[in-house]
Amino acid sequence: MALHWLFARRLAPWLYLAPLLAMVLLFWLTPIGLTVYLSLTNVSYKNLVYFIRGEMERISFTLRNLQNVFLGKDPFIASVAEVTLIYVCSVLAINAFYSLVLSIAIAFFVRSEALSTFLRVTWLLPRITPSVVYGLMWLWLIAPGTGPLYSLLAHVGIHPASWLLDKPYSQLLMIAINGYVGVSFGMIIYTAAIKSIPTDLINAARVDGASDFFIARRIILPLLKWPMLFVVSWQTLSLIASYEYILIVWGGGAPGTESVGTAWAAGVMVFPLYAWFQAFALGNYAYGAAIALPIVLLGIGLILLYFKVFGFQKLMQPARIEV
Amino acid sequence: MVRVKLDRVSKYFGRVRAVDNVSLEVMDGEFVTLLGPSGCGKTTMLLMIAGIYKPTKGRIYFDDEDVTDIPPKDRNVGMVFQSYALYPHMTVYENIAFPLRIKKLPKSEIDRKVREAAKLLKIDHLLDRKPGQLSGGQQQRVALARALVKEPDVLLLDEPLSNLDALLRVYMRAELKRLQKELKITTIYVTHDQVEAMSMSDRIVVMNEGKVQQIGTPDEVYRNPSNIFVASFIGTPPMNLIRCTYDESRNVLKCPNFEYELPSAWREALSSRTSDELVLGVRPEDIEIGVESPNAKARVLVVEPLGKDVVVTLALDEETSIKAVARAGTQLPTGEVTGLRIPLEKVHVFDGKSGRALI
Repeated sequence: MALHWLFARRLAPWLYLAPLLAMVLLFWLTPIGLTVYLSLTNVSYKNLVYFIRGEMERISFTLRNLQNVFLGKDPFIASVAEVTLIYVCSVLAINAFYSLVLSIAIAFFVRSEALSTFLRVTWLLPRITPSVVYGLMWLWLIAPGTGPLYSLLAHVGIHPASWLLDKPYSQLLMIAINGYVGVSFGMIIYTAAIKSIPTDLINAARVDGASDFFIARRIILPLLKWPMLFVVSWQTLSLIASYEYILIVWGGGAPGTESVGTAWAAGVMVFPLYAWFQAFALGNYAYGAAIALPIVLLGIGLILLYFKVFGFQKLMQPARIEV
Repeated sequence: MVRVKLDRVSKYFGRVRAVDNVSLEVMDGEFVTLLGPSGCGKTTMLLMIAGIYKPTKGRIYFDDEDVTDIPPKDRNVGMVFQSYALYPHMTVYENIAFPLRIKKLPKSEIDRKVREAAKLLKIDHLLDRKPGQLSGGQQQRVALARALVKEPDVLLLDEPLSNLDALLRVYMRAELKRLQKELKITTIYVTHDQVEAMSMSDRIVVMNEGKVQQIGTPDEVYRNPSNIFVASFIGTPPMNLIRCTYDESRNVLKCPNFEYELPSAWREALSSRTSDELVLGVRPEDIEIGVESPNAKARVLVVEPLGKDVVVTLALDEETSIKAVARAGTQLPTGEVTGLRIPLEKVHVFDGKSGRALI
């Protein structure tokens, strides 16, 4: 009886949680530990084989990588940080707030259900398009002379020699490419939340004398507080670690090396791309890990901040649309 | 206050006729109830009067003004929804003030009106709370205050008592009626609860499948139902409906286990019947049980004491059972055969096919 109780109350929950805990350990905690560990070494393509074999006596430990990143001894770190900040803030504004405006427009102002669904699907298209195709599509759109978007913008007086290389146009392009694809996530969350607002509330506001615009501002927006917090939290965490579309459109590259990529020239080098390029293009694994470290720390910091400031725990509980 | 007139109003949703050719006139200051089962079109009618839905056919008038194409915000109606539809992110004060803020009234006037409405509905101590912190009864009062604060010409109430417990419902019924009479607002009330309709209304509109079945005072609808639907919908327990056959040659109505020799004056009324299959209707409280000179006999199936009286279910034959209401304390052993008197002057006769009242 006592054994049965011990199993049911103490051991069984851990048994159920074991696969999840194993995943957390294997895919979350181990990479973080490995990132920190690697950043304290001089592992590169030259001595990687020793690291893999565990011949640690042939690996040196050093603080140089961390000094380069955290004390700014790498002269390019400041500019990478600046671009990352512009990138995260701008794309977040589009993903979290522009998608909100779009969602309200599509889910509330557009009365035809068929048209509303069509518009939502349209905005989902980039999400379901393979990344490479999506990247190529943008390259075609902004190709000087032949690209439709290039021609259209040229008509209104915006015609840089190259959308890919001329700052700030290249940075605007980076924001547009990532913002456009990211809008769909916010839209799914927001439109679901808008649709779950009881029609009685909207009807009550109409009977009370409110116009559609007033209802959107005073009824719908405040009721989307929790979905907004969720989208902001999720998207910030995603954005600080994302670089896929920048890599596809601009390529990598690092200054002072044989491989000077267009991402540097265009001013679109963000932290995760810089880390990727150092590690996988140049083979500076230890330095790549050191560059990734601020991203990891920022992510952990933001998670803790969301838990505290936004009440993330409350956010994750059910029925947060408050109706 | 205004007179509300619906002129041959219909509302279709695709192929579904939610409201079908309804004409109705609600007088200035009158309390009219739309009564019917779920899905009969009563809420749709209310939403058309509010301006949320536009009729597919027909016109709606407030006094002599055609408001069919006027949006809700310009109709000056107040509405209480079944769910109360209080804005969850606003306090009680902000909820009540909402329609006044839209009208851009001065702050001091808004404050005065909100406090007056809150006092009238005895919720002035709850003004700082959010709807989530209120009981169902309190929420209902807030919703009512919000509807009344704008001094509407028409007050629309969509099953406002259905979410309250039984005791509070009885209390709020009287409160609502008192308030309506005090403020003299033209009121249209929707419910599926016939007790609410009977106890509160000046007139009742009984609806079924989008059509008006009968319009009348509670007494008219109860005493003289125009068809089988109305007869069976109004009353607790509902009217007994017994399938009978009319023998025209003898002017006799043959029912299970008993028959009536009908007065000759009824011949003419029955001549409009579509067949000899008729339905005899009798209210449970009009049946006398255990009488010495019965005109029918029945076996006692179930006895349900309800405090002030007893509901008895009786079997006239294998297929026909009826309900009767007896005085409290009436002793009727289950299975016993008892004599009944169903007074002819209390019965209703309906056409077996169309369901229309003949007598």
